[in-house]
Amino acid sequence: MSALEVEDLVVRFPGDREPVQVVDGVSLRVDPGEVLALVGESGCGKSMTALSCLRLVPRPGRIHAGGIRVAGREILSLAVPEMRSIRGSEISMIFQEPMTSLNPVVAVGDQVVEAIRLHEPVSRAAARARTLEIFQKVGIPDPEDRLDAYPHQLSGGLKQRVMIAMALATVPRVLIADEPTTALDVTIQAQILELIRELRSEFDVGILLITHDLGVVNELADRVAVMYAGRFVEEGARVEVLSGGRHPYTQGLLRSIPGRVEPGERLAEIPGVVPAPDDWPPGCRFADRCERAVDVCSERSPDATSLGDGRRVWCHVVAEEEAAG
Amino acid sequence: MLAYVIRRLFYGAGVVLGVLLLLFLLFFTVATPDDVARQALGEKALPDVIEQWKVNHGYDRPLWPWQDFDDNLFFDHYRRMLTFDFGRSDADDTPIMDRIRDGVGPSLALTVPMFVLGVVAGIVLSLFVAFFRETYIDRMGVFLCVLGMSISILLYIIGAQYLIGKTLRWFPISGFDADPSVMLRFLALPLLVGVVSGVGGDVRFYRTVFLEETGRDYVRTARAKGAGEGRVMARHVLRNALIPILTRVVVAIPFLFTGSLLLEAFFGIPGLGALTVDAIQGNDFSTLRTMVFIGALLFVLGQVATDVSYALVDPRVRLE
Ligand SMILES: Nc1ncnc2c1ncn2[C@@H]1O[C@H](COP(=O)(O)OP(=O)(O)OP(=O)(O)O)[C@@H](O)[C@H]1O
Ligand SMILES: [Mg+2]
Repeated sequence: MSALEVEDLVVRFPGDREPVQVVDGVSLRVDPGEVLALVGESGCGKSMTALSCLRLVPRPGRIHAGGIRVAGREILSLAVPEMRSIRGSEISMIFQEPMTSLNPVVAVGDQVVEAIRLHEPVSRAAARARTLEIFQKVGIPDPEDRLDAYPHQLSGGLKQRVMIAMALATVPRVLIADEPTTALDVTIQAQILELIRELRSEFDVGILLITHDLGVVNELADRVAVMYAGRFVEEGARVEVLSGGRHPYTQGLLRSIPGRVEPGERLAEIPGVVPAPDDWPPGCRFADRCERAVDVCSERSPDATSLGDGRRVWCHVVAEEEAAG
Repeated sequence: MLAYVIRRLFYGAGVVLGVLLLLFLLFFTVATPDDVARQALGEKALPDVIEQWKVNHGYDRPLWPWQDFDDNLFFDHYRRMLTFDFGRSDADDTPIMDRIRDGVGPSLALTVPMFVLGVVAGIVLSLFVAFFRETYIDRMGVFLCVLGMSISILLYIIGAQYLIGKTLRWFPISGFDADPSVMLRFLALPLLVGVVSGVGGDVRFYRTVFLEETGRDYVRTARAKGAGEGRVMARHVLRNALIPILTRVVVAIPFLFTGSLLLEAFFGIPGLGALTVDAIQGNDFSTLRTMVFIGALLFVLGQVATDVSYALVDPRVRLE
């Protein structure tokens, strides 16, 4: 059974004239102990996809269609109290914004204690002892003192570790990490990646990792999904996508990288800009920026072309190449 | 923190001394003691009657220290105010301190319950509308608030006196009795008017604060942990929202002592608000001076109290 399964997810925001679909038919699967990396330019809908998995899409946006299963259980039809009991116990999320994601007027230890006690009937003292353990585990120095510290007294790296500690307070089946290292400096990045790696192997947690950093993808991911303008354009095993991306967009993103990917290597810049969600062209959304676009690209959305081993590419040109053999 | 409070009180003392200077300029040079005497005695009063009045009220001395260093009104003004030796009313010669002592009770009897009810009603109602944000309940609430704010308090007063006092005869139209068993009957209407007329603005302010806080990232984190809406509101949003709310609330506390000008005047409550209104209408400058001075003192205290309360609820604030 997969840890997380998303099927044909559509997330909508009300627009000026008609609703805009910032996530437009995304499907993905993360198995226990597997890391799926989600990459793509800013604004392509990565965070909205992630937030959907906790049913926390910010208003006025909402999940318009699709199915999401956490540990085999469909969550979109759950009643609110049931959904609440899943959040933080079966599925946890580390947010993209470590600086603002902690409550500024509550001691950080208490915030983790709350995460434990919301799901387990343990005493405050027991939860606090557990929090101390988790703090040690995520590498927070002087953990005893830090329990009673307030967020403003911690550096960005420490705040992010507290966020991770909170996400791990109860061992989840699925961990969503939305750019967990972007705000941090390189040495701390490495430590946090190590931590995520341990989690994966120790507890068999399925991890959806969102990042701009190809070095992170290279170190951590088993599979990679490339997203563009609310849709997947390519998906497959890490090695294959990184070293032999077939979609012109994937190739563009990876162009700058000659051989081995170094940590901190960002996605390449592609000429042109991502169209805004209310301005998405019919047909393939990348067509305007694509060097290999043909007529059909701007007329019809490409279907998935399966290349075996769970590798899929959404591109008319690739489909033709494959059909031609 | 103690050092900070002392320094703030020190600055506050500067403000109070400045206010006293302004008061002196206004009440002794812009309106001279001769003017005051003529106001008290009537325009046609004879010159020696005016002189006698000035002697009786201690206004017969030179104004400035350089005219007579040992005996002048300027130093006298400062000495009296700062030692709370306010002297007698220009209008009816009663000791001002006595009248303040008599007025504080009725004022507090009105303002303290009004303040508490107002804050509680404001927070509860605004939590309610904020909880139903972007629904018709919220829109209806905001509409009622704006409506309530747009109506003049005079209309509330007259409306309540006519409808509840005169037509329905539930409560007396005006008056006051210090006997606790009947006091509430007299206070009912002014309390109602005070709370209802103020609650609209409060709810709108608190609602904005709550909505701003509910949109913050830490609220999303709390939800992601599995906290329910009630818990998110009570434990996370309310604690953060308390910070801006405190400024509005704490700064008002000292002024509970000075009462409410309009409500006391219209409902015949013999408090400090009514005393001030009487002083304005009766050209009772010595009483008016005193009330303004007390207001300035309370203002300074309110400011310091607000800073301290900030430091108490917000761990990010350190007073240095
Ligand atoms: N409140 C909103 N109203 C309308 N559109 C929104 C709103 N919030 C987000 N969007 C749109 O949703 C789209 C997807 O946003 P999302 O945060 O998922 O992007 P992302 O891929 O995570 O980008 P980044 O890499 O910058 O984090 C964006 O184009 C954004 O404009
Ligand atoms: Mg994002």
